[in-house]
Amino acid sequence: MNMIFQCGVLFAFLALGEFTVWLTGISVPSSIIGMLLLTLALQLKVVKLRHVEKTADFLVHNLGFFFVPAGVGLMSCLGLIAREWMPIAGATVVSTTVILVVTGHVHQFMRRSIRQRHRHDNAGANQPTKIAD
Amino acid sequence: MDFFTNKLFLIALTFIVFVLAQQLQRATGVKLLNPILVSIVVLICILMSAGVDYSTYKESGDYIDFWLKPAVVALGVPLYKQLGAIRKQMLPLLVAEMAGCVAGVISVVLAARFLGASQEVIMSLAPKAVTTPIAMEVSNSIGGIPALTAAVVVCTGIFGGMAGFRIIRLGRVNSPIAKGLSMGTAAHAMGTSAAMELSERYGAFSSLGLTINGLLTAILAPLILHLIGYTI
Repeated sequence: MNMIFQCGVLFAFLALGEFTVWLTGISVPSSIIGMLLLTLALQLKVVKLRHVEKTADFLVHNLGFFFVPAGVGLMSCLGLIAREWMPIAGATVVSTTVILVVTGHVHQFMRRSIRQRHRHDNAGANQPTKIAD
Repeated sequence: MDFFTNKLFLIALTFIVFVLAQQLQRATGVKLLNPILVSIVVLICILMSAGVDYSTYKESGDYIDFWLKPAVVALGVPLYKQLGAIRKQMLPLLVAEMAGCVAGVISVVLAARFLGASQEVIMSLAPKAVTTPIAMEVSNSIGGIPALTAAVVVCTGIFGGMAGFRIIRLGRVNSPIAKGLSMGTAAHAMGTSAAMELSERYGAFSSLGLTINGLLTAILAPLILHLIGYTI
């Protein structure tokens, strides 16, 4: 599929996202809703991978470039950063560490407890079949 | 130097600086020379020494900034490709992501408040763990400063990418899936690229982490802030 068609599909889903926000008044970014709707459409085969893949890959792999101008916006709040660099840097380091450890441990814990329940279920395999929840 | 305010010149300048920054990192291999960060710093220096103010640059920058929205929509493609893996361990993934998202927002807000940050800065920091387009949209909707958020997101990514695996090891996270997931959850695309360098498996679950946490943060951040007593 050509680039224009693929761009058209992406913008159509962005517009659908905007429409959803307009209709419901929810405070989720329209682009996020567009992303979820696109995933859903791909899953339901309404949209085929080849309809969007090339342009989507291009955009996803160059995501970084598109936010350079926003980062330049930093020059409009240099005073704020000079005043509050300590809480900004401190909170970033603390919170990143917390997320790394919490996410990892909760995932490990969940996997372990599910595996244990499986083992437990298998031990009772001779009993009449249980309906799994 | 009046030509410096020319719209198309400023757009071209942004492209050129970014390409040069990419080449600089490729040539040196230094992680700290992140092309995004380097471009931002170089552009600010050029603009300030040429006496161009941000509002003038923004008129040009908005043409590039505009593509963030379709780029976020395009993230639906990798998400779709990972649906199989997600479905297989739906429950552990969702619970871990939920915990990471809530712990991340609360910890950054409390730490910032403890260290004396102003309300504006706290709101800008709240979505800092997720990929920039999402973080900036969230920041905007909860009363933060999107530009500050963008900068903090980049710094988070650099810190997570460089120190992430060390922190994970010290924190006794052992399973490869959990390690990858944590990297993406805490340090978005930059954590993912660090995970990808280790192995594809780490990378795949890291990108899953960044996608789910991005979504959860977009949906939950306003709610979490409300629950810990912030009015938005």
